[in-house]
Amino acid sequence: MNVYDLPDKRGHFGPYGGVFVAETLISALDVLREQYEYYRNDAAFQEEFAYELKHYVGRPSPIYHAKRWSEQLGGAQILLKREDLNHTGAHKVNNTIGQALLARRMGKTRVIAETGAGQHGVASATVAARYGMQCVVYMGAEDVRRQATNVYRMKLLGAEVIPVESGSRTLKDALNEAMRDWVTHVEDTFYIIGTVAGPHPYPMMVRDFQTVIGKEARIQMLEEYGRQPDALIACVGGGSNAIGLFYPYIDDDAVKMIGVEAAGRGLETGQHAATLTKGRPGVLHGNRTYLIQDDSGQIIETHSISAGLDYPGVGPEHAWLKDIHRAEYVGITDDEALEAFHALCRYEGIMPALESSHALAYAAKYAPTLAKDKLLLVNLSGRGDKDMATVAQLSGITF
Amino acid sequence: MNRIKQTFTALQANHKKALIPFITAGDPDPELTVELMHCLVDAGSDIIELGVPFSDPMADGPTIQRSSERALKHHVTLNNVLDMVTQFRRKNEHTPVVLMGYANPVEAMGHAVFAEKARKASVDGVLTVDYPPEECEQWVDCLEQQGVDAIFLLSPTTKPERIKQVAKLAKGYIYYVSLKGVTGASHLDLHDVKSMLGKLRQSIFIPIGVGFGIRDEVTARAVAELADAVVIGSRIIEEIENSSRDEILNKVKLLVRSMRQAIDEKLITT
Repeated sequence: MNVYDLPDKRGHFGPYGGVFVAETLISALDVLREQYEYYRNDAAFQEEFAYELKHYVGRPSPIYHAKRWSEQLGGAQILLKREDLNHTGAHKVNNTIGQALLARRMGKTRVIAETGAGQHGVASATVAARYGMQCVVYMGAEDVRRQATNVYRMKLLGAEVIPVESGSRTLKDALNEAMRDWVTHVEDTFYIIGTVAGPHPYPMMVRDFQTVIGKEARIQMLEEYGRQPDALIACVGGGSNAIGLFYPYIDDDAVKMIGVEAAGRGLETGQHAATLTKGRPGVLHGNRTYLIQDDSGQIIETHSISAGLDYPGVGPEHAWLKDIHRAEYVGITDDEALEAFHALCRYEGIMPALESSHALAYAAKYAPTLAKDKLLLVNLSGRGDKDMATVAQLSGITF
Repeated sequence: MNRIKQTFTALQANHKKALIPFITAGDPDPELTVELMHCLVDAGSDIIELGVPFSDPMADGPTIQRSSERALKHHVTLNNVLDMVTQFRRKNEHTPVVLMGYANPVEAMGHAVFAEKARKASVDGVLTVDYPPEECEQWVDCLEQQGVDAIFLLSPTTKPERIKQVAKLAKGYIYYVSLKGVTGASHLDLHDVKSMLGKLRQSIFIPIGVGFGIRDEVTARAVAELADAVVIGSRIIEEIENSSRDEILNKVKLLVRSMRQAIDEKLITT
């Protein structure tokens, strides 16, 4: 059996990952890497992390058999890993707790974060409140306008939300701005990145904190079904919920891994966020990975109905898993995701996040092609309450 | 001897320091860039740093970021920037031109293709801000094969081992970032600069330029006393941003000329 052991010392997953930042950030990243490498193997740190996940987040999250929906689809059985039941409603909090605990041990009193739809911003504001740290969240001005409820939620939690007016005024620009803040205030500030992207050690560190999803799944599957699933399905924006589920299964070749990207209005329209399907390798936000870019290397604006998938890059580990054919990456359109959103509401009484609806939509396509005794484990990465306004608007409903 | 070396040698012989202005290619529009470059030389610049616009300039502050956005509105590509240098060379064969930008546009073109085009356009050096030494061996090789200098940044937080590592790869001159933060910030500490330059000179044997945070004649003058070159970026971009198109050449010329005078003045009096 192969033993997968990436990244290397300098954060490479094959040709991807690494540290592509200006010299001004190098020493901050060196310190972060050293500190994280220490606490990664520190029993007391890991114990506190596990305690917080259990008592504050409410882990383990259950695996739920979506029986009625599976029957209706008429093929493989669809199982849902219920990250939507976590405190704050998504997998994001697994990572923010880990990074906040590290920040505290490093003596930082201020945390900053970037956010797109606001989920990672809320998860960061939440842990900052929990541990008594100052919190600043950078959010594209366009997203601030679109996600007013989440902006208010962050403010209620005591965070300061700074609208970013540069570039396309969305997630990628918020990330640029947070990096600028970090390089200027590195003495007292910890930058909590929300996904498995950015310079090393972020892709590894965020993955490690999210692998609780896959580790639990392996135990729960054995306990409840006596075996591991035939395939794992998860949505991929930056890819943190997907890698969190996939990672403990990488060496287990019998388990198929499928990442679902946002095909937006269709892969051929140019209006999508299907980075691994349609992008080319390049360098952005501190790492080498697949990017949605034009011929001259400028980053292009992406589109997805789901703000959490609307990002022109993707975690470098996914780029590597794609190249070595260990994971498969597919696209689901806005319309297909919406259909799955409604289906899960009606058949199972679960309102999924639009991000997670992409994974569900692929499961709905895939399940009917398989026998009824096959098991598909879908990461239900977040709940859909935050998306009600978007869905209502698309259905022509105003309140 | 290449242009960068020639320039520093001549300056040293005359006991002068280099003035290196930065502008973004294509800001405010592509038609003005070559004229602006000549204007910078007329006003007393020794080397020109020409920014290659990028959609996500993570290491830059708002001023240079806006200049990048203005250039990108005109769809200025890396090929366009190389053409501008070719055009500049028709009237100027002696002033070194250094391209400064981010990794992705050169990766999109391909390292070897870019390096060859850069030589053909008579580009003298390239500074890719998000290529730290660990990640760019192949890149440096490509540039070296074409005789183009790989310029590197060092910062106040760079550790001694890294200074040595950069010293091995760096050609032309070292760009020392005089403060923690992004371009255009305004809190340069001269004592820190002085003590760090002392440390750098133990392993760096090529000229050292200082930039980030040099906003006025007084600072430029003080930095010129410590370093081999003074790099001025955001302050010039502000002048471009705040002038009507007709005034830009004049305003920039006045600003650069006064910086030049300030730099030279100090050296005469010390």
